[in-house]
Amino acid sequence: MDHLPPVLSVRGLSVRFLMPGGRRVAAVTGARFDVAAGECLALIGESGCGKSVLASALLGLLPGNAQTAGSALLGDLDLLAADERTLARTVRGRLVGLVPQSPAAHLTPVRTVRSQLEETVAALTATRSRAALRTAAEAAAARAAFPADHLDRHPHELSGGLAQRAATALALVGDAPLLLADEPTTGLDRDLVDRTVDELRRHVDEPSTAHPGGRALLMITHDLAAAARIADRIAVMYAGRIVELADATAFFGDPGPRHPYGRGLLQALPDRAFTPIPGMPPELGDLPDGCAFAARCDRVTDACATQPPPGTVACHHPHVPEDVRA
Amino acid sequence: MLELRSITAGYTRDAPVVRGVSLTVAAGESVGLLGPSGCGKSTLARVAALLHRPDSGTLLLDGAPVRHWRHRAPRDQRTAFGVVFQQARLSADPRLPLSDLIAEPLRATGRGEDAPDRVAELAPAVGLTPDLLTRRPHEVSDGQLQRACLARALVLRPRMLVCDEMTAMLDASTAAALVAAVEDYRAATGAALLAVGHDRTLLERWCDRVVHWDGLS
Repeated sequence: MDHLPPVLSVRGLSVRFLMPGGRRVAAVTGARFDVAAGECLALIGESGCGKSVLASALLGLLPGNAQTAGSALLGDLDLLAADERTLARTVRGRLVGLVPQSPAAHLTPVRTVRSQLEETVAALTATRSRAALRTAAEAAAARAAFPADHLDRHPHELSGGLAQRAATALALVGDAPLLLADEPTTGLDRDLVDRTVDELRRHVDEPSTAHPGGRALLMITHDLAAAARIADRIAVMYAGRIVELADATAFFGDPGPRHPYGRGLLQALPDRAFTPIPGMPPELGDLPDGCAFAARCDRVTDACATQPPPGTVACHHPHVPEDVRA
Repeated sequence: MLELRSITAGYTRDAPVVRGVSLTVAAGESVGLLGPSGCGKSTLARVAALLHRPDSGTLLLDGAPVRHWRHRAPRDQRTAFGVVFQQARLSADPRLPLSDLIAEPLRATGRGEDAPDRVAELAPAVGLTPDLLTRRPHEVSDGQLQRACLARALVLRPRMLVCDEMTAMLDASTAAALVAAVEDYRAATGAALLAVGHDRTLLERWCDRVVHWDGLS
């Protein structure tokens, strides 16, 4: 897939929130990454590190006190510069499909899954007649493996897994080249997490007439096991910055993460050392001048009082493969 | 110390979600209760923590049968339990700064004068810094709020902790930190633990004994 241009290309993306009293919260700083067709990039990090703000920025869903900088190119369109009309009419659902966090809250509670699917099909495609809408909605449900005999149920009558599939079906209706999944597995049990990410992976790999190379998926998650199962590449976010971009196999296997924060996250897993990273993430409104992880890091030196150089690993003292083997 | 005998419980009269389930947690023991979502394990945890009255069955606390649940339970039985729920946001009063949130059980039992000392003692134990204690829930992250909810569960020095999916919404590092805080408390006091969850790897690493829901009834 190297010859294809990326579906989404993010450069220098920053988001600042202006708070009362002139305070500024640096929610995202200088994010840079690409996602290609047929590829899944998992953005991982602790809660409150800026992951969801980044997703909202890509969909133009930031609150009014947010200021953005940089660019996020989807084809020729810069998502950060697009006006609301463009975002509403051509981006959301059509170019970017959102698989939401907590689907039970995302679905309209007073309407059946069928009626929501038909409405989405009518809004996003040229399908018009009643019968055609019904067929298209059933086909959309089948694509996301949502059982046809549950279509006439209301969201509260669905289990967590089926609600997730209904939300995924809605996200797939517009046949968008980019899928954005924001914590799609939060609160699901392990079997359901595995099934949900396997289904997302299928939608990434599956070629369609509009996207012969498959779809691109940006998945935001704090579930490392889910990320390991689905992702081709991993972006680690800490205090609003992407501190490491790595190949998923190398990150979760050998040689492992290169940034001390990524290593700490993996060591906190119950099937590894089960030891937490000491301390807590810094406040995004009060970040240190130097490396934001320095206060919690076991490799800290005087050099860490300055911002680490940009690159695939934003660290003054990254782990190198040699000392991992030693 | 805690014995549940053929408990049947639910929310509507004819459709119990828990049927004839028995489970024992010995003093100082940590038991992991593993089951898929929707199986009724949270309901059983609520019965065990005296928060939900079962339709039938017996619950023995230190050998004595429990006759009353919720606010009707005698104070010495009620305060024997500390409970941490999955969703910190839903189990925290949005009006209370974290220090008051943690101290609420003390005030509710007429020991409000102990609050400053106990909060100062517990905050570092769960990893909360002093600047966070003056904030209200909407000003902290999910992980920070769950740390406060754990401190609240520990403030009356319970003999038994019930953790219902305590770490399901949290990242790996915060989850490991909260489990470590629970284990520190248990090591210092000998409290027992009932940890309910769906993550086998986590419960097997955390608890002395893991029972699967299917093997209970």
